Amino acid sequence: MVLCQVTMLDGSQFTCEAEKRAKGQYLFFKVCEQLNLLEKDYFGLCFKDNADQKCWLDPLKEIKRQIRNGPWNFSFNVKFYPPDPSQLTEDITRYLLCLQLRQDIASGRLPCSFVTHALLGSYTLQAELGDHDPDEHRTDYTSDFQFAPNQTREMEEKVVELHKSHRGMTPAQADSQFLENAKKLSMFGVDLHHAKDSEGVDIMLGVCANGLLIYKDRLRINRFAWPKILKISYKRSNFYIKIRPGETEQFESTVGFKLPNHRAAKKLWKVCVEHHTFFRLMTPEQPTKAKFLTLGSKFRYSGRTQAQTRQASSLIDRPAPYFQRTSSKRISRSLDGAPVISVTSDGSGPLGEKENGRDPALELSSDSKDEDEMPGDGAAAATTAATLDSAEEDAEESEAILRKSLEEELTSLFMSKASFSLGLVSSCTTTAGAAEGTLVAVPVGQRSAEKSPPRMETFLPESKDVAKSADNKQKSEAVAVATTATQPVVEIEETVIVEEVRKTPKPATSAIPEVHAAPTTEPQAAAVAAKEASASSDSESEEEAEYHPQITSVSVEQIKEEPEEEEQEEAELNKQQHQPEPSPLPQPIAETDPEPEPAPAPSQPVIEDGTPDTKEDAQPPMEVVEDDGIVEEEMMVTPEEAPNGYSAAEGQGLGSLEEEDQEPRVNGDALHVDTDHLPQVICCSEPPVVKTEMVTISDTFAAQKTEIATKEVPIVHTETKTITYEAAQLDGSGDGEPGVLMTAQTITSESLCTTTTTHITKTLKGGLSETRIEKRIVITGDSDIDHDQALAQAIKEAKEQHPDMSVTRVVVHKETELAEDED
Amino acid sequence: MAGLMAGFGNFTHAVVRAVPTSLAKEALRTNKLDVDLLKAQREHELYVEVLKHKLGLEVIELPADESMPDCVFVEDAAVVCGDTALITRPGAESRRKETEAMKKVLSDLNLNIVEMTDESATLDGGDVLFTGREFFVGLSKRTNQRGAEILADVFLQDYAVSTVPVTDGLHLKSFCSMAGPGLIAIGSSEHAQKALKIMQQMSDHRYDKLTVPDDIAANCIYMNLPSKGHVLLHCTPEEFPESVKVFEKLKDHMLIPVSNMEKAKVDGALTCCSVLINKKTDV
Repeated sequence: MVLCQVTMLDGSQFTCEAEKRAKGQYLFFKVCEQLNLLEKDYFGLCFKDNADQKCWLDPLKEIKRQIRNGPWNFSFNVKFYPPDPSQLTEDITRYLLCLQLRQDIASGRLPCSFVTHALLGSYTLQAELGDHDPDEHRTDYTSDFQFAPNQTREMEEKVVELHKSHRGMTPAQADSQFLENAKKLSMFGVDLHHAKDSEGVDIMLGVCANGLLIYKDRLRINRFAWPKILKISYKRSNFYIKIRPGETEQFESTVGFKLPNHRAAKKLWKVCVEHHTFFRLMTPEQPTKAKFLTLGSKFRYSGRTQAQTRQASSLIDRPAPYFQRTSSKRISRSLDGAPVISVTSDGSGPLGEKENGRDPALELSSDSKDEDEMPGDGAAAATTAATLDSAEEDAEESEAILRKSLEEELTSLFMSKASFSLGLVSSCTTTAGAAEGTLVAVPVGQRSAEKSPPRMETFLPESKDVAKSADNKQKSEAVAVATTATQPVVEIEETVIVEEVRKTPKPATSAIPEVHAAPTTEPQAAAVAAKEASASSDSESEEEAEYHPQITSVSVEQIKEEPEEEEQEEAELNKQQHQPEPSPLPQPIAETDPEPEPAPAPSQPVIEDGTPDTKEDAQPPMEVVEDDGIVEEEMMVTPEEAPNGYSAAEGQGLGSLEEEDQEPRVNGDALHVDTDHLPQVICCSEPPVVKTEMVTISDTFAAQKTEIATKEVPIVHTETKTITYEAAQLDGSGDGEPGVLMTAQTITSESLCTTTTTHITKTLKGGLSETRIEKRIVITGDSDIDHDQALAQAIKEAKEQHPDMSVTRVVVHKETELAEDED
Repeated sequence: MAGLMAGFGNFTHAVVRAVPTSLAKEALRTNKLDVDLLKAQREHELYVEVLKHKLGLEVIELPADESMPDCVFVEDAAVVCGDTALITRPGAESRRKETEAMKKVLSDLNLNIVEMTDESATLDGGDVLFTGREFFVGLSKRTNQRGAEILADVFLQDYAVSTVPVTDGLHLKSFCSMAGPGLIAIGSSEHAQKALKIMQQMSDHRYDKLTVPDDIAANCIYMNLPSKGHVLLHCTPEEFPESVKVFEKLKDHMLIPVSNMEKAKVDGALTCCSVLINKKTDV
């Protein structure tokens, strides 16, 4: 047993024993028990690492491994500052938040003006001392309190003056008032990190509930709301965010920042991942047991999200707990003036505490239709309910989960790469135009029909046509805004954008997605195993990692949040599609019809119901219908794909697919069109070992192909990683028709890199012939080469050369030698 | 005392300055338009009249200074928020002296005076949009990054300060202003809309927008006065008939059209001609 010292928010010390191998959560729960705290998800334990940096104790990891040789000293702190403290359920939670904020203010971490210091200080006095008592509270009664980093006599006088005015306010009310004012401070809940921008200029990065803020000196020079961010990653001491393109830009951009060291970069990355998950998602991404494709850090936020914790706290059913306020040691009175009893938590918390606090199975997410805690709940609740309604979803969801890890990676590459083939462009145009800004629910029918992971083409933002349609949006928007003059509410309830479609995870499935489905040849299979082994070992020593806040395919639901401008516009676009009559611009009330969607006709989505009222616009659940015209492919559902226990739903899904095939205008709202040109992705990280990686990804057709990639299995003493993704089979039987080889031809050419092209034409069942082209590209160069870029370029070229074909498989074989990097 | 950020638009005092005769010929301008001095002076008198009599503000009138042709545009000389006044360093060199009289009158009002002494900094009050929740500072011909930084140093403690590039037009407020709590009036021009988008992106708060066809018409003065409720001083139908129609849809506001035709010729908008102060007697 080891003795743990925890500094509480009121400055007191809590001591308890823990097993040497105890995990972080053991101690955290002990502390919460001691505090009698149920809404514990906003809090965490900190320790100082050997560089004297404050770190959050990971609840799922052994304490010992985190603090290493340091002392077992911790501090209990607020980790996630709730943007609206009034939504906390219990006074005790608010009280603890107040204590944290008082610390933040007194230390200068949370700057405020003289007047604000005085005001907040006066609420502190009221909460701690009660009404001002001229007899008891003579001159120096304020000196026990620190209201500001530089407290002056003048300030104390002001505090007293204001304290007098709070007469009659209960401690809980004073705390609430304190929080109502503190939450408005511009730096409330902002976790600052020192960094340099690309030009070496000192800046600060602030992570908060809504996103990432960039400060230069004290000036906010940029802000990236979570919906704007496609990917968060770090590599060595660099931290990167990939930004969704604005309406005027064609491509997303990556912004890089230089952190003082690798540790700082990783820490910032973690904070971002955690904040994003906590505030933006309904449920955390499932921890990945057998995370097949992820290299680099597998860190994910493991606790509950704000939505979950709110849901849980709404179930709190105990009399308001009594607690002592610090300085006065007065016993708190609850707002309703309940009798004063001091209850010290003796570890056996009130009934329900444990369940409430720990039940990991609390599925708030999908099925709760009444998520009243969501801001601007109307639309969100409606969408949630609507999208989750169908039981069919479940099948899809779990299927999605199976693939999740893979898809993340898939998504990452394709989100990050510049434009692809023309064929792809046209198809994504349709989708983007129609589906962006509308809530897209994917009926399982289509979903299950997809033979491969949920699409990401839908939001390839780089397609030119999309940009064009964005222009349309802009144009029409400028005019449309005037309509709001009477009722100057222009904000549109946020509609969930395409990327955020995926639903709640079911309890984690740890299955490895479909590896076996691919007739990989043996060496590869072996390599797979190797990869898995190494993946599990590289846990925390990774030097880079990425996180995709917007992953299409992640089965995580995102919370509706403040509408971001672009989304508004998208919604407006939708709205305007139904306004037949363009009006001239100077007319204040004018809604112009944007130019016709650039989408190609066959798969043109039909939006039948566009209410001009923007508010309502967002509400009706938009359903997505895939109608990519490639029926053959749509029908490709493989038994292997259906996760156990969901085959019934799967069947159901098929049925509905057929229906929808005949009648693609489902429910009238936005249609989302998917294509089957599923590109593949490769994400390789470079653990600090000399090794070779092979990543193989392919989709439908790949299963039927001969595996050339296996030739590339690297030489002995390098480490081999092969990642294979094999999508569904071509037909229900699951066995690809091997086909008859007709021709095979190999061309080798040299351009930027060495390219070997092999054409293989085979005859498939039914007399169809299929040509397959395999290109082998060798890129050599030093470590400065942007491999992703090179790969993207290669894929792009391939796409351009053969616009009528789709890339079905990408194998990356990477040999790198890396110097050890400090962690 | 009200809480932080309460009482947006609540003002008790206004500082104005008379129109010098030199305005007609010497005031800086982006267009070459002839100003009718008498008309301009008459306009300004009416403006002051509204503040003083119609709205009951305590108006402090500074005398005109002929050596400062732009001195009527007092807004550029100071940024007042709460009890703090930042005396600016105007971007146009010819206008630097305008701050002296302003500083004096604001200290007489017992505001905490902060001066912008940094010689590399410039800031015009016309580039500062205070929304009630945060500041936006336009980076324009008149205001630079350093000026914005200093403003942030003064006000960041309670409010976020974000910068917005002003690509066209003189000041940030040449095409926008607050028309109510959380309501930004914005012009229709491309650069105005672009600036609005940036502001929305930079902000944690949601703003409604009121788009008017004419950029300069988007410069209006919003007040929330205890006795009057929502008050909006805006352009006249003679100047911008279409924009006025938009303002007229604000049913809860007491709308007061104020002519600004002549001063507009030298890039003076409605907000330019006063510094509004909330001097609470009870604090």
